[in-house]
Parts: sequence; C-alpha cells; structure tokens
Amino acid sequence: MSTTQPAVAPKAVPVPSSVADRSRKAKKALTSPWASTLAVVIAVIWTVPTFGLLVTSFRPELDIRRSGWWTVFGDAFAGEGVFSLRNYESALFDSSTNLIDYFVNSFVITLPAVFIPISVALLAAYAFAWIDFKGRDFLFVAVFALQIVPIQITLIPLLSAYVDTGINGTFWPIWLSHSMFALPLAIFLLHNFMKDIPASLVEAARVDGAGHVKIFFQVMLPLLTPAIAAFGIFQFLWVWNDLLVALVMGGTNTFPLTVRVAEMAGSRGGDWHVLSAGAFISMIVPLIVFLALQRYFVRGLLAGSVKG
Amino acid sequence: MTIRMASRRRAAALAATGASLALILTACADTGDGGDGGGGDGGGEAASFEIDCAPYEEFGDLEGTSVSVYTTIVEPESVTQTASYEPFEECTGVTVEYEASREMEAQLPVRVQAGNPPDIAILPQPGLLNTLVTQYDAVLPAPEQVEANVDEFWSEDWKEYGTVDGTFYAAPLGSNVKSYVWYSPSMFEEAGYEVPETWDDMMALTEEIAASGAIPWCAGVESGDATGWPGTDWIEDVVLRTAGPEVYDQWYTHEIPFNDPQIVDAFDTAGEILKNPDYVNGGLGGVDSIATAPWTDAGFPILEGSCWMHRAANFYQTQWPEGTEVAPDGDVYAFYLPSQSTDERPTLVAGEFIGAFTDRPEVQAFQTYLSSSDWANAKAAATPAGGWVSANNGLDPELLATEFDRLSAEILADPATVARFDASDLMPSEVGTGSFWAGITEWFASDASSQEVTDDIENSWPTN
Repeated sequence: MSTTQPAVAPKAVPVPSSVADRSRKAKKALTSPWASTLAVVIAVIWTVPTFGLLVTSFRPELDIRRSGWWTVFGDAFAGEGVFSLRNYESALFDSSTNLIDYFVNSFVITLPAVFIPISVALLAAYAFAWIDFKGRDFLFVAVFALQIVPIQITLIPLLSAYVDTGINGTFWPIWLSHSMFALPLAIFLLHNFMKDIPASLVEAARVDGAGHVKIFFQVMLPLLTPAIAAFGIFQFLWVWNDLLVALVMGGTNTFPLTVRVAEMAGSRGGDWHVLSAGAFISMIVPLIVFLALQRYFVRGLLAGSVKG
Repeated sequence: MTIRMASRRRAAALAATGASLALILTACADTGDGGDGGGGDGGGEAASFEIDCAPYEEFGDLEGTSVSVYTTIVEPESVTQTASYEPFEECTGVTVEYEASREMEAQLPVRVQAGNPPDIAILPQPGLLNTLVTQYDAVLPAPEQVEANVDEFWSEDWKEYGTVDGTFYAAPLGSNVKSYVWYSPSMFEEAGYEVPETWDDMMALTEEIAASGAIPWCAGVESGDATGWPGTDWIEDVVLRTAGPEVYDQWYTHEIPFNDPQIVDAFDTAGEILKNPDYVNGGLGGVDSIATAPWTDAGFPILEGSCWMHRAANFYQTQWPEGTEVAPDGDVYAFYLPSQSTDERPTLVAGEFIGAFTDRPEVQAFQTYLSSSDWANAKAAATPAGGWVSANNGLDPELLATEFDRLSAEILADPATVARFDASDLMPSEVGTGSFWAGITEWFASDASSQEVTDDIENSWPTN
C-alpha cells in the first residue's frame, strides 16, 4: 500500500519505469505467436457450439431433425434454400401468452434483484472495511462462509417462510432470494475493493470533518464505480439466466423468460427444434448488457479480487 | 489507444443491438404466412359444449371462487385442456387458474413440503401419487361424488391405479394407448403387405421385408433426462404378450424378481427385432443408434421410405411433422401391436390422475367435473386436431376428432382388450424412472445381454 512506502524514496524515479517495464514484459509474453494461436484456438472451440446453435435456429424443422447444422454449408453451395425464420416465429408468437409479458417479468425481476444486493453489500462492505468494531473479522469470515451454502438446500425452508409471511405469489420472494444468494460474494468483492483504497484518503476526509456518511458517498462511491458496475453485470447475467429460483419461488404471474424457454419444447419434448431460437431471443438482452459494459466487467473484477 | 478501443467496442455493441433488433423485426414481419404451431396439436378453438349444470349445484354458490391446477401439460396441448374447463366455469362461475410446467413432477413435492400446494394437480403417473400419499401425506381422499363418477365411468382397473393402500385418491383423466405400430399404408399397399394379425405374422412380415433388402423397423429411446423410457414400453408390451398379464402384475409388484427367466425371455423376444442388425434401425443407423435417436423423430424414416414399422404410443400422432396425414389411407397410420392369438388383446396403457390437496367446495366440484363423462366429451369437442383419448366409458367416440383417436377409444372399450398400466410408472421410482431406463439404454448402446441388464435392474430394486 502506498502509505507504507518510505517517504524518502526519490519521487517519480523507479515507480513509473518499473510499471512500464512490467507492462512491456507482459505485453511481450502475451503477444508471442504461441499465446496468440492458443487464444484463437480456445476462442474458436468456445464459440463453435454457440455458432452451431445460431445456425440451427435458422434451419427448418425437418432439416434440424435430419442432419447436423454443419451440413448447411454444403447445401448452401449446392444452391438449396436452407434458412427460415419459422423457428423464431414459433418461439415469439405460438404461445397464448405474449412473449413480451415474459420479457417484462424478466426485467421486473432482474432490476431489483441487482439493485438490492448491491446497495446492502456496499453498506456492509464499508462497515467491514472502515469501521472498527468488535468481532469484525469473525463476522466477515462468517458472512463469506455463507457462500459455500448451496442454494438448493435453502429452497424448501425459504419457500415455507415466504408462504408463512404471506408474500408468496408476488415478486418479493424472487427478489429477496436472489439478494440473499448474491450478498456473500458481493460483500466480499466490494470489501476487498474498498480495502485497497488508500487509508490516507479516508483519513484526510476525516480530518476535514467528514463523517462516515459523507466519506461513503463522496470518497468511496466515485472510486467504486468500476467494482459496482462489474458486480452489477455479474448479478444481472446471473439473475436474467436463472431458472431455478424463478421456478421454485415464482408463480404464473411472475415467470420470466427462462421459464417460458424451458416450456417451449412442449409437454413431451417434441418441439425441441424451437429451443435454439428461444435461446437466442432470451440471449439478446444479456448480450447487449455485456457488450456495452464489458470493459467495467474485466477491470472491476480484477480490481476487487486480485490484490496487486 | 484506449479511446479508440473503447469506441470500437461501443460500435460492436451497437452493431449487436442493431442486429438483434433487425432479427426481431424480420421475425415480426414474417408472421403473415405462418399458419399455426409446430406440434400439430395446437390451435384448439374453444368449441362451446353444453353440459348439465345440476351435479354442481349441491356444492353451493361457487360464483367468484377460483381453483388452481398444476400440471405437466404445457402449450400447445394446454390450450385444449383449458378450453375443456370452460363449460364448468360457465356453470358455476368458478375461475380455473391453470399452471403448467415440464418440471412439475420435481416442483410439486417442493411446494407440498413448503406448505404451498396447488388445489389440484394432474399427476402424470400413479408412482407420483404414491409418493405424495406415503411420504408427504398430502393428497386428500376423493370426495364421494368423484368416487361415484369413477365407479360409473371407469373400469375397476383404472380406479385401482388411483388407489393407495385401499383408499381411493385420484380419478383418472386422459388415457394413452401404447401398443401401436406405426406404418405407411401406401408403402404396405404398393409392396402388397398385409397388416399382421398375430405376433408370428408380424415376425414373418419382418423377415419378408428384410429379405427384400430393406430394414423393417426403426426405434429411438433418447428423451433427455428420461432417456430409455420408449424402450421400457417395448419390453412391457412384449412381457404382456410372451408371459401374460398375470406375470406382468407379479413383475411390477416384485412378487417375481426382475430377472425372472420369463422376463429375460421377453427381453430376448424384443431383442429378436431390436437387436438384429438386419431388422433395425431403418434410416437411422445400427442397433446402437436406437440409444441415441430421439424418440420424437425415430419414426420419421417411415415418411422417407427407409423404415417400415415403428412401435410408439397413440400420442406419437402429434409428433409427425406438420402436414403429415394420419389416416388409414394417409401418409401414416398405426395398427395394434399383435399378440400371440387374436382372441386376447393385451394392451399397454397409461394416463393422468387428478389429485386434490384442498377440500373447498369449489375444488370438489371441479374434481367431480373432471371425473365425469361431461368433461371427457367437452375435452374431445375442444380438441379439433386430435391426439387425445380417454378410457372414460361415457366418452362419445363420435366427438373424437380423428379416425385414429376413435381407433384408440375402440381398443380401450373393447372387451377383448386386457389393459395393463405402464409398469415403469408403477414400479418404485429407483427402478421405474431410474435403473430400468438406464438398463434399456445400456442394452442398446453397449450391447449388454438381457441377463446382465435384468440382473442389474433387479439389484437396484429397493429392499424395503
């Protein structure tokens, strides 16, 4: 940490050059042809199934059932018409409930389920990082230890608690459950990030007469933006793609898109050819969110978890 | 540098957004010429069907109440299911809240344990009823009106499937007939083949087709996490034919072990077809391809002429691709899987049952409606595309939509029919939805012998 550096160290001489040195070394190591080849190979291997899914989603039902998606290239050269939007049509319009309702539910579930844990975790992380109280370390370890509780074993006790309190059937069980499941990791990440903020900053603010509230809002929050964004994306993707919690805690009025996609194959699984299209429709929003915010994602995660 | 990178990324994000928007728009624009759903079972126009409201008057004034139903029947079949409730809703003013999930069998016990059960659940197999009664003590015994209906409209056997330890809980709802062989009438006619009347005829026909150089049978047992079940149906059908219904009853109740010589013999008899590379797997590959071919598509080679016969249940009717004509003179049709003689017709059946978790008057009234012949007829009238049948003897076959459904109803009503419920649905779940499925898959995939497979399944039978 910066405060531990001896004040006598000559200013501005070794630090930038060593940083530049290191980054040059890292750049050299990462841009070697082997590393590049490996990266490309991994990227291709990871992308091929998704690409196959995309191709499949545009193929007619019988083609999907009869042959693999890779055969389209041969067929396309032979000049046969092999693509259709029929699967997207089925996925979007063949349900008696409009798909828009499920989209809306997905948003209604996701936004509070991201907002609530981040707000609570920020306050908790600040307390764990900058307020000295008895049993702080023990409590912090205890909170993070909750991360190892598998959410599956909490489902039935939680659901019966919701039924007892009478909030079952609303969105509250889903929001609360997602918040609970997210909090341990959120507190841990944000705590680590806050700890990395130089103590001198906080002390300076305190000398100037700022209390905890002022320090939190005016010193911490602006510095925390990347970490908050990173965890926000993380939680957004998790909640948006969640099926288990939505299915167990939810009801007909609260089902999100994932539940509808899971039903698309039909009672006996006969309509599975629609699934690829359904998957891509439900992927659109997370894809946009991820692409738009991905630089925060990488920067923030590194900042919070790895101490330099 | 960073700025340029960032703006390039933003451009990529924008491009992705634009692409996906374009996708939605084109999909929207394309709906005009679409036609109806993919399954072939959809598009249920709610045909208004008149019923007698008198039986529900004794439950008092139910106006404004509601009943929740939880089921595995999702779209498109759910459309005709909910349409069949409308006459009851009109009579009583009750609103039926319908919730369907493919995960219902796993979710229902969770909801029951959390104290949040639905009013009524449509249970797809008696095994689940058994679990709910014996482990959670959750299902309520059927009210007397329901029992009276079942005594009137259903056979003793069907009532027995809804009974646990002597108490009658669940009235049967729909029924499936599983002992069918799908074939192409035109292919048979061109080749001069007759629909076989006995098992020996069928084997002779199989031999004849194979001698002509074609592959007579196709099969597939892949079904996601339930892979293997279509194969268990095959075996059950053969057990009914080679060992007889009495042995069948002893088999699923475990009075005889799973690896009893008669059962091994049935495996071998089925294996004469299913494990003979000359007889399977038309249009799909070798014997091992049975394990990996999706059951939903395994009969499709018949349409291409590369397979002649495919054993599958009546609900396979709705699996055929859009535009396939199911009729005695159409693209495909099915004949009864023959037995040794024509006098006795052992038939494998399955069905759903109605379990109730609450006993409010409106719930009991709805239960009564579902167990009546009025519901069966309303459901038949509400299912114009067909693919549904019931063993309810008050069902008017004329209301059934397709000739094939009437054939199924005829088989269910035929006195020569000896109906037996799908054994894997009646066995303990460790076997019925576990080792039996896995064993069958092994039997095909790694060519395990009948003895090995039955030994393994016997060892997995729960001890108490």
